[in-house]
Amino acid sequence: MSTLTVDKAGPTRKVKYGSMSRDRAWALRWSYFFLILFAIFSLVPPLYMLITSLKSSAEISAATNPWWVFHPTLSNYIELLTSNQFLRFFWNSAMVAIIVVTITMLISVPAAFALARMKFWGSATLATGVFLTYLIPDSLLFIPLFKMLVMVGDWTGIQLINRWYVLLFIYPTLTVPFCTWIMIGYFASIPKELDEAAIIDGASWFQTLTRIFIPVALPGIIAATIFAFTVSWAQFLYPLVFTTSTDQLVLPVGIITTLIKGDVFNWGQIMTGALLGAAPPLIIYAFLMDYYIAGLTAGATKG
Amino acid sequence: MADVTLRKVVKRYDEVEAVRGIDLDIADHEFVVLVGPSGCGKSTTLRMIAGLEDISDGDIMIGGDVVNDVPPKDRDIAMVFQNYALYPHMTVAENMSFGLRLKRYPKAEIKSRVDEAARMLDIVELVDRKPKQLSGGQRQRVAMGRAIVRNPKVFLFDEPLSNLDAKLRVQMRIEIKKVHQKVRTTTVYVTHDQVEAMTLADRVVVMNHGRIEQIGTPNELYHKPATKFVASFIGSPAMNFIPCRLEELAGKLHVRLTDRIAFPLPPARAARYQRIPRDDKLLLGLRPEHIAEARPHPAPGVETFDTVLDVTEPMGMETLIYFTLEGAQVCGRVNPNAGAQDGAPLRLAVDLNNMHLLNEVTGVVL
Repeated sequence: MSTLTVDKAGPTRKVKYGSMSRDRAWALRWSYFFLILFAIFSLVPPLYMLITSLKSSAEISAATNPWWVFHPTLSNYIELLTSNQFLRFFWNSAMVAIIVVTITMLISVPAAFALARMKFWGSATLATGVFLTYLIPDSLLFIPLFKMLVMVGDWTGIQLINRWYVLLFIYPTLTVPFCTWIMIGYFASIPKELDEAAIIDGASWFQTLTRIFIPVALPGIIAATIFAFTVSWAQFLYPLVFTTSTDQLVLPVGIITTLIKGDVFNWGQIMTGALLGAAPPLIIYAFLMDYYIAGLTAGATKG
Repeated sequence: MADVTLRKVVKRYDEVEAVRGIDLDIADHEFVVLVGPSGCGKSTTLRMIAGLEDISDGDIMIGGDVVNDVPPKDRDIAMVFQNYALYPHMTVAENMSFGLRLKRYPKAEIKSRVDEAARMLDIVELVDRKPKQLSGGQRQRVAMGRAIVRNPKVFLFDEPLSNLDAKLRVQMRIEIKKVHQKVRTTTVYVTHDQVEAMTLADRVVVMNHGRIEQIGTPNELYHKPATKFVASFIGSPAMNFIPCRLEELAGKLHVRLTDRIAFPLPPARAARYQRIPRDDKLLLGLRPEHIAEARPHPAPGVETFDTVLDVTEPMGMETLIYFTLEGAQVCGRVNPNAGAQDGAPLRLAVDLNNMHLLNEVTGVVL
């Protein structure tokens, strides 16, 4: 009798589990398929850049197999890293990125705190407005911005056009709205009781921000910082428009304006420059990635 | 240490009145519990005392000073939140000392106060831990410690035990009572749990729909409720309400429940209810413990009747019985040996010395 029951239950169960695992297997197969496809799409270009950067100009123009280096050389790297011009671009880019990130954080963290927590008349509308600003593409903004800065130059005599530091005024129009928006989200996820407890403990709004919100929202702040850095580092249109002299250029514009001479493309150095330029954001991501995931708020409340 | 006074306090959100003119005097050292169902305005009242909500009308006084426009940090209060609201990036000691550090107390004083509070709450070995390394009960202790070290005029508790499991809740209830016995700070405590209210409070304030239904000691509320709401809210299982009317039978005042059942009132009750019009629709309020199995020689004022039980719930030390009278479900408590069984007939006794008579329309206890 009992054997019969087992026999009966056995196959039914198997079918059930079988179908479950078949579903799962197919889901996994599809995920791997798309993940591999995605990986190929995103990894092949940098690989191609790396291969090309290790070739001499002669080998590049010889039109041999583009996916193989027959005579590897570091000459492109040595040339660029010993060129004062390239180092100047790097320096300009670094200065712009670091100062823009600082300005952005100094503006957007308090702004987000005010919009998320200090309910004042119109704060909700303002928060949406901040985000809408971000939706206007820079290709629409650069002409009026250029006119404005020329006018400022005419009125005050302070020349900003064609100076690297003009970018310090321009980039925050891109970074501040987005970072503020990210931070509003982070601050809004902090339980209301936490600032109420701080207020009852005697903290001012500013102390609540600096001693409670910033430490608790650190993952969000770091995420916003990375974003601001990436935007300032990789921005192309604005520096192309606002700076022209070679000593004022930042890396992305510097590479194409100095390494493309007329119709001569110095592919080896272009690829090397682009790879070297991509290194700082990569390194920053590698070190700060964990903060994206870290949940510092755990334990604040019930949890 | 201070007394707290509310005078005609009103809170309006746009058109909705969450709190509708509350008057409350809380004496120095007193432990007052605001209790009521959700949305009754108890938390809003507490938050207005804390200064976290503006008051729309009326006055709030702490220690005799009107604090309507005083910001929370200058009211000298401490608050314990339902979800603890510990600062997640600080250790227990840092959490507890945050307020004192903001006020720039000397380091030695901060340390001695934190140590003392940690000893009182039995969390000495936890002071270097972060909140996420603590259990719910431990977090709640830290939240209390944060309030104690400030040595404020008033403690405010906003449903502090709601997030704990039943067993821990009982334990923490006792802890809170012990702490209050030691520090004697005036305390306002909000809960929706009437058991918590009864066990902790010197006085309980029962709230409903933004108004105070009744203020009294736990015993007063239990034995002399003013309204049907209070009578039904306090006590578990809740008081029974059976539709009834008064009737004169053989010169004696009776309360008639059904065509079959009418009980003569004890003399004291009869005198009290004499003036009620005989055709008023009334409710007989009886607590379950006043409906028990019939004994051979009933005391004066105890009347017996027969019924058939619907359901019985053996609790061990007693058995809860449920039966129906005039469409109302009635609960009684009988001895586990009284032979109560589902669907079985049983002779029951009601103690009319402890009865309440309510106006069915107004809900007022007569």
